[in-house]
Amino acid sequence: MDQAFLALVTIVIGVGGCVGYFWASNIILDKVIFPARGLQAGRNISRANMVRPWLFLFPALLALGLYLAYPVFATAWLSLNRNIGGELAFVGFDNYRQMFGESKFWESLRNNMLWLIVVPALATAFGLLAAQLTDRIRWGNLAKSMIFMPMAISFVGASVIWKLIYDTREAGQTQIGLLNALWLQFEGGIWSVLILRVLPAVLLLAVALALLWVLWGQVRALAQGALLARVLRGAGILVGAWLAWVAVSWAWGAATADLPYGRPQFWLQIPFWNNFFLMAVLVWLQTGFAMVILSAALRGVPEDTIEAAIIDGANPFQIFFKIKVPQIMGTIVVVWTTITIVVLKVFDIVRAMTGGQQETQVLANYMYDKLFVAVDWGVGSASAMIILLLVTPILVWNVWNARKEMR
Amino acid sequence: MDNIAGKKPALTWAVHLSVGLLVLLWVIPTLGLLVSSFRSGDQIVSSGWWDALFTQEQQMAPIRIGGAEVERDGVFVIEGRLFAGEGAVVSAWGINSREPAAFEPGAVAELGEGQTVTVQEDGAYVFTSAETTEGTRLPRIFTTAATPPEFTTRNYNTVLFSPMAGQSIFQAFMNTATVAIPATIIPILVAAFAAYALAWMEFPGRALLVAAIVGLLVVPLQLALIPLLQIHNAVGIGKGYLGIWLAHTGFGLPLAIYLLRNYMVGLPRDIIENAKVDGATDFQIFTKIILPLSFPALASFAIFQFLWTWNDLLVALVFLGTSNDQQVLTGNIVNLMGSRGGDWEILSASAFVSIAVPLVVFFSMQRFLVRGLLAGSVK
Repeated sequence: MDQAFLALVTIVIGVGGCVGYFWASNIILDKVIFPARGLQAGRNISRANMVRPWLFLFPALLALGLYLAYPVFATAWLSLNRNIGGELAFVGFDNYRQMFGESKFWESLRNNMLWLIVVPALATAFGLLAAQLTDRIRWGNLAKSMIFMPMAISFVGASVIWKLIYDTREAGQTQIGLLNALWLQFEGGIWSVLILRVLPAVLLLAVALALLWVLWGQVRALAQGALLARVLRGAGILVGAWLAWVAVSWAWGAATADLPYGRPQFWLQIPFWNNFFLMAVLVWLQTGFAMVILSAALRGVPEDTIEAAIIDGANPFQIFFKIKVPQIMGTIVVVWTTITIVVLKVFDIVRAMTGGQQETQVLANYMYDKLFVAVDWGVGSASAMIILLLVTPILVWNVWNARKEMR
Repeated sequence: MDNIAGKKPALTWAVHLSVGLLVLLWVIPTLGLLVSSFRSGDQIVSSGWWDALFTQEQQMAPIRIGGAEVERDGVFVIEGRLFAGEGAVVSAWGINSREPAAFEPGAVAELGEGQTVTVQEDGAYVFTSAETTEGTRLPRIFTTAATPPEFTTRNYNTVLFSPMAGQSIFQAFMNTATVAIPATIIPILVAAFAAYALAWMEFPGRALLVAAIVGLLVVPLQLALIPLLQIHNAVGIGKGYLGIWLAHTGFGLPLAIYLLRNYMVGLPRDIIENAKVDGATDFQIFTKIILPLSFPALASFAIFQFLWTWNDLLVALVFLGTSNDQQVLTGNIVNLMGSRGGDWEILSASAFVSIAVPLVVFFSMQRFLVRGLLAGSVK
């Protein structure tokens, strides 16, 4: 009860304080400092109007500066220092050097890159699919609600939900985890081959083909544009080609892998692949977000472009991929980058499900371990700076877009 | 637009089917936990939750005969029922673990030494003995029975009111509410004033400030943890509610200002200029016109901020202590996952207590949430 009272008092003080500040500061400005009467009434009014925006902005700017802007510089400074015998001592890039020497750091960086590729891609793809399909059926809104629902669930709650799915009992006992119960249905027969080998291989090959198709378009566009744009495009093509190659080799792996049929699996302890089981949780959480935004964008596609395509004899797939998707490309990019930012900060899921063990470490959890478990502020801050570095391109791009809009 | 899919019935069916599949995929995980939270610990480990929805036939744990002994016609009789719940149907039973299904319902089993036992289809049993069984161990009965779905709310009683890992979930729930509600309300006003200034007041550097706020929108709050802890310790706030309210306020402001500014810019210019001509001050315009008109945007931000503060783990771990009166739901559940990871009846009920409030908020205010998402992203 005490703390409920405390919370109530805080709300009253907080809200009252805000209203009081704005009201009082405006009164003082208008009546005391620059009174709108006497000889200089006109000059005073215009002066008051020059000061007023800053009165309105002051509390927000103070909070933003203190809680977000200052810490960026403080963390940058901390990452160049080390706590030696209770005193901060400047050590230059030693923390970074130490961090780059740790295998756990490279593991988290590699995992973060995996997350960065897989989660935004899958969440956007599922979101787009759900948005397109639910738009044309009667119970679409209900379906949307259901897919959107995980949005309200905390990362920790989602971790519990998925941990039940991944649960494993010893062989011979009843499996209570859905995934193992399904897995034990497969015994190497024709269905196992179709579902576990052919289907993933075909899907991966489809991904590779889609990538190659996009790459081909980019290669043709390589001839034009400024030098910088061409260099960036070239780098993008190389990354895309590498991804396509990975998809093809994984398709081959899926088709030929030796699968341990009939044995219950500890999903979260299979090195490397356990990352994907963690990613599934975030894809599940973020798809609803992608769906809602892409659905609004799809509805904004001008009707006449679609009608024209129908008259020209386009089939539904052509309409979707050649008319609708190009027109909502901007929104797709926004969704993609928003999910990318969420992915870069992902912490709760890894913390709750594996704690970063069994090669599932990610940067945010690595940083938390360094800061609060190993109490090594230098290296912890250095890893935080790496996260900032990864966010920076998106930050710059967002700011650039916002500036363009303001004009 | 309908004619695209509507022309071909096969395609329409494929659409219905795929949407159904997607919805199923997205609902099943949550459903699994929900169903599990209403089952007892024994039920959870003995069968998958998907079986709990239907009548299932399985071998039950052995049950020892017990109850009051009555002397009747020179023999001692114990009568009773094997199952507490209604509706169980015994298909076979036995008296030892080697042959747990040796007898049909209604058959009489000889136990030796003049003892017999018989079990009916509904689980009623009659045990007779030539001599009194006072003070001796009574035999166990093995059954194979079909039991109807059975659910209990006991898990919720347990997690809410008896301390797990030193803290009851109810206490953690109160702590979370204590964090989330002020942390939702306080930033709104601060942000609204700033957003008005950025949207409708002319001053040098405005565009720069907007750009800076867009930039701060994506700054990972991980960077802020240590420097802020240092500030809080230096000022004397330390770890506690005041600290986390301030932190959440700071972290929520960029989104709040961005959302509200985008909304306020779209308000009709005429209203504001008319008010100015009539002699209203900026303060009056803001409180009397802008604030009431911006209600939808305020509501969407409030929902975001509430969901975010309620569901947050990292900020709570860093800025709050771990004592009983400070640990929040998410922290408590992470601890439970570590210490009692196999106790699904406790974990599932705890998780659902933590999910319930955001879900209610979500379903009752989905409209505002969607609007906020669109305002924040599609620009």
